[in-house]
Parts: sequence; structure tokens; C-alpha cells
Amino acid sequence: MKEKSIDVLVIGAGAAGLGAAIGAAREGVNEVVIVERDERSGGILNQCIHNGFGLHYFREELTGPEYAERIKNIVRQYPNIDVRVEQYVHQIDYKRKEVVVISTEGATVYKPKSLVVATGARERPMGGILVPGTRPAGVFTAGVAQRFVNLENRLPGKKAIIVGSGDIGLIMARRLTLEGVEVVAVVERMPYPGGLERNIRQCLKDFNIPLYLSHTVVGIYGKERLEKVVIAQLDENFKPIPGTEKTFSVDTLVLSVGLIPQSTLFKDFLKIDPWTKGIVTSSSGRTSLNWIFAAGNCTIIYDLVDWVTEEGAVAGKFAAMYVKNNWESAKFSVDKGQNVGILFPTWYEEGTNLNVYLRVKKPMEMGTIRIKQRNNLLYSKKHANLMPSEMVNIKIPESKIGTGDIVVEVVE
Amino acid sequence: MKKEEMVCIMCPLGCRLTVILEDNGELLVSGNKCPRGIEYGRQEMTEPLRILTSSVLVKNGDVPLVSVKTNKPVPRKLLNEIMDILRKTSVEAPIKSGDVLIENILDTGADVIATRNVERIEIA
Repeated sequence: MKEKSIDVLVIGAGAAGLGAAIGAAREGVNEVVIVERDERSGGILNQCIHNGFGLHYFREELTGPEYAERIKNIVRQYPNIDVRVEQYVHQIDYKRKEVVVISTEGATVYKPKSLVVATGARERPMGGILVPGTRPAGVFTAGVAQRFVNLENRLPGKKAIIVGSGDIGLIMARRLTLEGVEVVAVVERMPYPGGLERNIRQCLKDFNIPLYLSHTVVGIYGKERLEKVVIAQLDENFKPIPGTEKTFSVDTLVLSVGLIPQSTLFKDFLKIDPWTKGIVTSSSGRTSLNWIFAAGNCTIIYDLVDWVTEEGAVAGKFAAMYVKNNWESAKFSVDKGQNVGILFPTWYEEGTNLNVYLRVKKPMEMGTIRIKQRNNLLYSKKHANLMPSEMVNIKIPESKIGTGDIVVEVVE
Repeated sequence: MKKEEMVCIMCPLGCRLTVILEDNGELLVSGNKCPRGIEYGRQEMTEPLRILTSSVLVKNGDVPLVSVKTNKPVPRKLLNEIMDILRKTSVEAPIKSGDVLIENILDTGADVIATRNVERIEIA
């Protein structure tokens, strides 16, 4: 097998991986290699042809492919970044610091001084929601339906129901409607929508697509192709209420019930959050092993791709600093206080800025977000209309932070 | 009188607006915390505007579709008509992101532009 010693290896050339390569190259290391499974870089951005990307990073509203192109143009400015597509990571030997990558050229053993994991997320599959009935053709995850329509010029069906009101589901409701598919309903098990308000308005209300909150699918029927889907209302314990069933004759069910960080390749040697499946990191992007960093949707599921690229760049920068001078510093834990559902990072590493991302546990009309380090209040501010579906980002500069564990809480 | 509840999307604050359009044409917006909310409510009530994103067939390209958008917001009521035009449109590769594919579509003042690059492949 061919062996290749390099400075930084990045797994994944999506928004996080490209950001990581830029962050590492800027820091002045010699060779940065990105290995990507797909036939082109850009990741999921290539199929997200809708707009709304880039407002933070580029101060301009871009579509997914435009955002990817902008990032790739920055990558091209660094001759020390090598983007390699159609590469499969086969195995990682964390003790010998070796990564075996398979491609049409055969196997290559990379020996990087540091590694950045930017593997993104997978869609939660049908098995994840346990629906009774048959298993006919015509059931797709939203990302698969999106790929069919936006990249391959194929429609998934003629009449569709969408399960899950996350942003991808809402955007697919609009996209399918515009392409002539009749979208009969979007079904959401929570009493509030999972996606952003602007998407509720511009993807559903604009096209008169009904949204059934506190409803779930209780049956999927069809012989070869999907024929009908039965939904029912849920009580406060998420149990279907008998007598509330509604039947829709559809040939397509699009599933948009969330994303799961893609971390299985690393589960034997990196600390993974057992609940979210995200790779646990510090504020530098460092994982539980000092030479491995991670960023983007393989750590937590972000709302904005801009944040993914930004955190990618942070992880790339510190991965490069580790290559240059073994950079590593004291770690303090960042803990969830009351009303905090999802929190990033897990540790604060001295010498970095603290970029907190959080989701509240439940909708709150008004809440005060407080970040405390021992008796020192690092941040305290009122936020209106806090929703679990809308991630909050708070930046605390290094200069304000001392030593000790940190707690993030939301007080109603 | 026409009354609509909506969430302002001009900034992340997300004010819950109540917009009332009286029969005499008078417009009342409440729930907004800044003047941009009034402008948003007025626009949404009278002539909602949207950026349309979609895709168009490509001939001799390395991929079958090129993603496109209107480079300015267009009236929402024209979205289906624009989609009908896009469905009948096909373009020749190569295409560069930003290329104008259809100028001034339906006299809206907006162009339909490509949002990705498509390489040309020659079939021998």
C-alpha cells in the first residue's frame, strides 16, 4: 500500500471540511489533504438549490451551490490544499495515527499529524419512527427526494405527504409543489413546527399546504407502490387519539424527521454523545483524542451552514497549531443548566474564544440566557421567542474567560 | 376588511404581526417593534415577493440540470407561470454560475440566472 505522510487530513469536503482546510492552510502548514466520498466537493450544498445561505459568512443571500462555489474559490487560493474526490475512508488506526483510504488508485495509508473529521450527518431513516403497515415503494427521506428532483431530474411521485416539519421537509414541500407534485399535508408530531418561521410561510402558506401539528403517521399501506397513509392526532403523551384518524391517498411519503451525526467510523475511539450521536469536542474543535478534531454536523446539527464553515475553520486552525507546536491547553467542562436541550461545545479549551451554540428544551416567549464560570457571569441577556428549532449562537471572546467550569442556562 | 397574522422575517427577532387591510385601502400593522415590520406587513398583504429557485435542463452537460434563481424577488402570483417557462427551457453547456439564462422574465425586471457551473461534455 502507498503511504503518505502529511500535516492535516480532513475527512469530508462539505461546508465543514472545506472550512477546516481553509483554517488549517491559513495557519501555514505544509500539506492539507481533503478526502471526499462523492464525485465532487461541496457536500449537501450541491443539492440545496434554494436560497438563504451565506448571510453570516458572506453577508449575502446565496443558494447552496453558490455558497459551495464561493468556499471552493477560497480553497483554490491555497496551493497547499489538495481536494481528492471519490475516496472512501476504510479504516482508522488511532494508535498508529493511520487512515486507510480506498479509491480507484487502490489503497493509500495516510499518516497525518492531525486529523479533522467533517463527515456531516445522515437522515434519520423510516425505521427510526416505527410505523405499522406494509413496506411499499414510494417512501423516501427528504434528502433522497431532493437529490432526485434537484440533481437527477426525476420526480419521486405524483401525490405526496410529508412527515416532519423540519426545514428540509418544508423546503421539499415547496419544491415538489413547484414541480407539479400535489403535496397534501405536512405532519408534525410536536405541537409546534420544527422548521423556521420563514419556511412555514414561504413553503407551506404560500401554497396552501396544510400543516398538522401534534399528528403522526399510524399506518402506511400499499402492495408494490404506496397507496395510502393514515395519520392521527396525538395526546400530550404522544399517544394517538382513537377516532382522529385521517386517510390520504398518496403514492409518495417524504420523511423529514431529523439528522443524525455521522460518527460510526469513530465510535470505538472517540467520545460520542450517546443521545445525539455527535462527536464530543472542545471549543477548539478537539475531540477526546488530542490529534483528532471534528466540526460541523458530525458534532451537532447546526441550523446555518455559515456556522458549519466557521466551526470547520476553527477546528482546522487548531489542528494546524497542533501540527506546528503540539498546541494543547487546559480544558474546562461546559455544562447544560436548566432549559438547555442541545449545547456546544462540551469543553472550553483555554486560549480559544468560546462560541456557544444552544437549543432550548421547549418554546419560551422570553428567556434569559446566562453563561457562568464559577461566580463570574460571562453573558446574561434576554431573548424573545426562543424555540427548540432555532439554534442560538453566542460568542464570548477569550479575553473575558477565566478558569473553571462553565454552565449555560436559560431562565424563564 | 382583510386580516392576517404573520411573523416578520426582516430580522431574527420574529415579531408576531397582525396586519389589517381596510376596505378603503388603509393598512394597519401591529405587533412590530420597528418600522421594517410595517414595510414587511404591507408588502406581504398587498404584493408578496419571492425569490424563485429551481432548475433547468442542460444539453451536453456533465450533469442533467443547472440550478437557477431569479436575481430579484418576483411577485408570488407569477411563480407558477415562471415554473411553466422554466420547464420548457433547456440550455447548452458550458454554463457558469451567474450566467443570465432568461432575461427579464415575464417583464418582472428579474433575470433567471444559473447558480452553479456545468461543464460541457462532448459525445463522440
